[in-house]
Amino acid sequence: MTYFNQVFAIAGKDLRSELRTKEALNASLSFAVVILLLFSFVVDPDSEMLEQMSGGLLWMVFAFSGVLILNRGFARELPNDCLDALIASPIPGSALFFGKAIANFALIAIIEAICFPVFGILYNLTWTAQLPVLVAVSALATWAMATLGTMFGALTVNMQLRELMLPMLIYPMLIPALMSAMQLTTLLVAGQAIDSEHIVWLRVLIAFDIIFTSLAAVLVETVLVG
Amino acid sequence: MRDKLIYGAGIFAALYFVRNLYVILLQLPDEAMQGAVYRIFFFHLPPYFTAVACFLGAAIASGLYLKTKNWKYDVFAVSATEVGLALAAINLVTGMIWGRQQWGIWWTWDARLTSALITWLIYLGYLMLREGIKDPSERAKNSAVLSIFAFFAVYFTYKANEWYRTQHPGPVLTIRTGKNTIDPAMQAMLFHNLGAFLLLAVVLVAVRMNLEDSQRAVESLRRRAHAIA
Repeated sequence: MTYFNQVFAIAGKDLRSELRTKEALNASLSFAVVILLLFSFVVDPDSEMLEQMSGGLLWMVFAFSGVLILNRGFARELPNDCLDALIASPIPGSALFFGKAIANFALIAIIEAICFPVFGILYNLTWTAQLPVLVAVSALATWAMATLGTMFGALTVNMQLRELMLPMLIYPMLIPALMSAMQLTTLLVAGQAIDSEHIVWLRVLIAFDIIFTSLAAVLVETVLVG
Repeated sequence: MRDKLIYGAGIFAALYFVRNLYVILLQLPDEAMQGAVYRIFFFHLPPYFTAVACFLGAAIASGLYLKTKNWKYDVFAVSATEVGLALAAINLVTGMIWGRQQWGIWWTWDARLTSALITWLIYLGYLMLREGIKDPSERAKNSAVLSIFAFFAVYFTYKANEWYRTQHPGPVLTIRTGKNTIDPAMQAMLFHNLGAFLLLAVVLVAVRMNLEDSQRAVESLRRRAHAIA
């Protein structure tokens, strides 16, 4: 089995078991819709202000509901000591990590793919003017959430307060990525292209992904095996 | 002997602070633009540098722990992080007091202030993670990994925020600006107080390491007692 086969075997396993039970996906999706609804009370839904806040609102929704998915990533392996079996299996820790990160990425992406249209319908916004760029930016930011979330999921998996610790640890660390995603999404939802003034946010996002993906790939073996 | 050295250094640090305070309050003149309040700066920048030194030390010790699995490094990492957190809190609080006097507001969501607050929260998360893990070797391992991540995140946040325009005043030290915009006596005082804070940090980290050692001794005794009973 090559490295990529191993990665996709893990990702496939996670996605299959999640899509069959949909336990994290359903919870996360309904949570996301509830937050989207709550935001209508925060800001007048018909005002122009909403457009200026759209990136912030959307990424708050994704960050909150994404954590529900990230929490399940490693916790899913706890019953029947599946985690020990995975660690004992003949694949490197980084393959396990990337497999889980890809699965988390795909699941959060599903939430986003549903939330964008719902957001557009509920708040009467046309958000598709810059669709390809918006998809690319969302993918970069979602990958940031998926890598950090998977890594910290591994760190907190054996804790009693796991569900509380994960958001407490990853939100502050994700701030550069979330901030960039919010700025760029607001711009793109309003139909504007990324200009020279905003290109710095894209750079931050890409640098964030590269730094933390490589850091996680190096350190994950230590976390899982010890 | 080691204790005597630590407390000796502690007394020296205290005397150093008294001497610095004497110069700050009685010898240095008021600043031309700000008047008397600029003096709080001597308790704003030095604790910040010291806190960064503590966090850097903790990250290096964490890396060494992962490499060698020597408990000493874990003990150092947690002690340095706790002391760094306290110093970073001093930095935030003195900054807020100055801001209230000069800007008329306690807080503004300026890039510098925000990144300092994020730093503080990230390291608070480190301590919470330690609280939450019972098994000592897992606690040491996971918190070491977190410490390394935290240092990268802090540096990255700091840099990412630097591309903003900030309300926070720019650098004043000659080594940063390359110009002599700061009064030499005031700059010398900054370095004196930095020395005092660094010494204080060394003493506090050493005391905290002793405490951690005793805590571990108690823990292992308790485990042995459970094993017998």
